[in-house]
Amino acid sequence: MTLLGHFTYWATVFLMMTGLHVVISRGNLVKKLVGLGIFQTSVYLLYIGPGKLVGGTAPIVGPGIATYSNPLPHVLILTAIVVGVATLAVGLALVVRIREAYGTIEEDELLAADAEDD
Amino acid sequence: MLAQHLPVLVAVVPLVAAPLIVVARSGFLGWVTALLVAAATTAMSAALLAQATASGTISYAIGSWPPPWGIEYRVDAANALVALLVSAVALVVVPYARRSVSAEVGQDRQYLFYALLMLCLAGLLGMALTGDAFNLFVFLEISSLSTYVLIALGRHRRALLAAYQYLVLGTTGATFYVIGVGLLYLATGTLNFADMAVRLADVRDARPLAAGLAFITAGIGLKLALFPLHAWLPNAYACAPSAVSAFVAATATKVSIYVLMRVYFSVFGVDAVFRDLPTGAILAVLSVAAMFAASAAAIVQPDLKRLLAFSSVGQVGYITLGISLGSAPGLAAAMAHVVNHGITKGALFLLAGAMALRLGGTGMDRVAGLARTMPVTAFAFVVGGLSLIGVPGTAGFASKWALVSAAIEAGRWWIAGAVLLSSLLAVAYVWRFVECAYFREPPAGAPDRDEAPADMTGPALALTAAVVAAGLFASPVLEASTRAAAALMGFAR
Repeated sequence: MTLLGHFTYWATVFLMMTGLHVVISRGNLVKKLVGLGIFQTSVYLLYIGPGKLVGGTAPIVGPGIATYSNPLPHVLILTAIVVGVATLAVGLALVVRIREAYGTIEEDELLAADAEDD
Repeated sequence: MLAQHLPVLVAVVPLVAAPLIVVARSGFLGWVTALLVAAATTAMSAALLAQATASGTISYAIGSWPPPWGIEYRVDAANALVALLVSAVALVVVPYARRSVSAEVGQDRQYLFYALLMLCLAGLLGMALTGDAFNLFVFLEISSLSTYVLIALGRHRRALLAAYQYLVLGTTGATFYVIGVGLLYLATGTLNFADMAVRLADVRDARPLAAGLAFITAGIGLKLALFPLHAWLPNAYACAPSAVSAFVAATATKVSIYVLMRVYFSVFGVDAVFRDLPTGAILAVLSVAAMFAASAAAIVQPDLKRLLAFSSVGQVGYITLGISLGSAPGLAAAMAHVVNHGITKGALFLLAGAMALRLGGTGMDRVAGLARTMPVTAFAFVVGGLSLIGVPGTAGFASKWALVSAAIEAGRWWIAGAVLLSSLLAVAYVWRFVECAYFREPPAGAPDRDEAPADMTGPALALTAAVVAAGLFASPVLEASTRAAAALMGFAR
């Protein structure tokens, strides 16, 4: 029961670790950004999951509505999604510029090119 | 009428200025706007600091939604001081930027530079003044995203890579912060710092709180370049345009340090952070490691800006060391070093930018013989270097002295010893500059005597003068820091 009851937490932790692992282990700059996106998405789940009540309705004022889900996490995460999209956009723009300047987006080749510059 | 809206105007004015500059599409208009905005935020921050010092905490409810439901801007002697530091540095950097940016950034992109600088300023001021944990995250990302792009404007292609690396690490840090805030929100049901401080006392299960504190420490530690989470910093500072290096080095890490102070001393409280958890010991070890390892790394850097960047990591160590003492004098010393190191490093990066303009770079081989080609700049740089070491009569001495006194007062003699020993490493890296500038011949074909133009040298020398003034008349900064520490520790309603 607890194992299933904590389902959203398991999903959150799995996504979190997956994302962070991709960021650390991949040398391709685009793949790193994909990992970063997964990592950020896991946090959306961390906020949204606990906001839902069993049997709760949407947070609307109306007759017969007594139990409703917490609306605040949704609002927070809408903001966080916007921030995440902006980060991804800036990150991808940088990758495009890096590719133009270096001709590659593999981390080890970039570092080798930098070492040659010295 | 307008005065009561000051807490939010400080952040809103630069935020509104940024899109206006983009619409105007003119580098000159952008510069004028940035100058006016920097002057306005400095005046407003100074007014807020005076008001908070005189009559205590100012609470501002955005949109008149009362806290803790609405977002609260909460100004006290601590964050008003940080806001004043940030805006005053902006006021020095913007006049300097006109010529520096013309030389380093393409003509068609200059207006974007000023727009991004305003966004960064808005983000940092918002982080400082907000009393809401999630609002702080949003402003953190506003300042971070604009900083990434500002760094990418650097001349060398390496700036792009530095900006990318900072983006990945900075976003990871910010996400860690949100995870920590999320855990605290789950435990307390509030995002308002003051409300959270009250409700944390009623939380029975301490484990989520400890996890939240750990996530926030790691996340903000990345943003403030706490050793060993500083990997992004040297390249970012070294590759950014000169004006950006000066502004970011003097302000961005400092605001993150303030956030850590706020979470530790205001939200959790000294007992929860330093008595129940080993935070103090961990922070002290990392700080001492930074003081020695980063300062030692600074000695061998082939480039003056990289040397300054590594020195920043070391100097942040002194600040976090003050925090790790978990005492009011330690916190006051840390706050004093935030201000004093902020102006010192700002001045040094401005001077390095002046060298870059005339010499085409800041490599150690290029600054050889600088005392002959740019004697004023070289001398001012040595003065700033003395402040990094902590020589009496400079700003760095005042706050290091306060730090050593606080460590002795707390009975930690080894910390006092470590501060003194690590200062010897600072002597070594400052001496490297002195040796290059004063005892070597200028490279062949170097100009005879050629200072940078007055609109760059002027702001740099003004900030250097402030470093000396803060050393000779140390009490205003020290008293403001003591008041800031008291405000941080006596926070809850």
